[in-house]
Amino acid sequence: MANLKDIKKRIGSVKNTQQITKAMKMVAAAKLRRAQDAAVSARPYAEKLQSVMSNLAQREDGEGHALLNQRGTGRALIVLMTADRGLCGGFNANVSKEAERYIRDNEPGFDAIDLMIIGRKGRDFLKNRVGEHITKVYEDITSDATYKTAQLIGQEVVDDYSDEKYDAVYVIYNAFKSAIEQIVTVEQILPIQPKETEEVQEGSVDYIYEPDRGEVLSQLLPKMVEVQIFRALLESNASEQGARMSSMDSASRNAADMIDRLTLQYNRARQAAITKELMEIISGAESIK
Amino acid sequence: MADKLKLEMVTPYKRVLSEEVDELTAPGFVGELGILPGHTPLLTTLKVGELTYKKGNEVFHIAVNWGYLEVEEDTVTVLVDTAETADEIDLARAKAALGRAEDALKTLPLEDKKYMIMEAALQRALIRIQVADKGH
Repeated sequence: MANLKDIKKRIGSVKNTQQITKAMKMVAAAKLRRAQDAAVSARPYAEKLQSVMSNLAQREDGEGHALLNQRGTGRALIVLMTADRGLCGGFNANVSKEAERYIRDNEPGFDAIDLMIIGRKGRDFLKNRVGEHITKVYEDITSDATYKTAQLIGQEVVDDYSDEKYDAVYVIYNAFKSAIEQIVTVEQILPIQPKETEEVQEGSVDYIYEPDRGEVLSQLLPKMVEVQIFRALLESNASEQGARMSSMDSASRNAADMIDRLTLQYNRARQAAITKELMEIISGAESIK
Repeated sequence: MADKLKLEMVTPYKRVLSEEVDELTAPGFVGELGILPGHTPLLTTLKVGELTYKKGNEVFHIAVNWGYLEVEEDTVTVLVDTAETADEIDLARAKAALGRAEDALKTLPLEDKKYMIMEAALQRALIRIQVADKGH
């Protein structure tokens, strides 16, 4: 029978842990709200831009823009979005594993695959697995992703693509479905694939373009890449908070179970000790007779 | 044909406006352009400037920063990086930025890369001040 003091100590330490996990859960819940709001308010912009672009692409007659042209398979870049912190369940591992799997599966198809990682945890996970593919790591940018951040990454990606350093660019991130569900998503961001809209060509009305269509297109397309990265960053951030919240919630619950079990054990041990003492006293008294 | 324009303005952070307006003036890339109901379809880039719209007898001013404007069937969609109404502008900050930009422009050589950046900053500050003044 474990001794009383040990069990008591154990209960104390589990209680401490529970307090921490509870606090983390609350923090994550508050952050989740904010992250979710940000992700939702970014949606109209992305949707509008998408529809403007589809409109534009539909009227595309022949001469495409560099960012629209399929260049076939050459070098590919994968932008992987993970978190800087752990303790959020399978969040980092799932998305990192997907990146690893993607690289292994597609390695034969490309001349080379480079990996740009956002978030410390992704780097830690993949360093020893596919370290040779990692070309760039960004840290400490996910927690308060601004449009500026996305713009910088977007510009870098577009520049590399325009310089023909890469022929295709993908993003892998956790899409936010609900607080307890994240979906690992692979999206191609370059070359841009305009969504086919169901709209019939009733829009044969000629648009006026200012300054001219080529110019409009060449300013709009890089924007599209930035917006997609921005959206992925926001979704990834919301997913991270959601994952942390639910994993901390179950950690708190596990701690509560453990405390219950230990308390029971403690009471039993205490009772056993009392019984033992009583027996000693009685048998002592008995022997004096 | 509707006698109103539906104006939608969005930035990456939020939907700024979704309103019925009577007329609209925007800082187009090749020059100021006015849009009335029944305008022909148009797609243009915007530069840093002041967007004005009229609703009844009221006139509203918004400082916008680089974006797009699309007109289609009496719906005007404006996509901009930033949009600030007169109340949102911190006049003191804009003036400080203006001062900084002016000082920098005086010392920097014309071919310096920073010159362009500061010039853009100067533009933004000027527009902000202009819009803020009209709002009060």
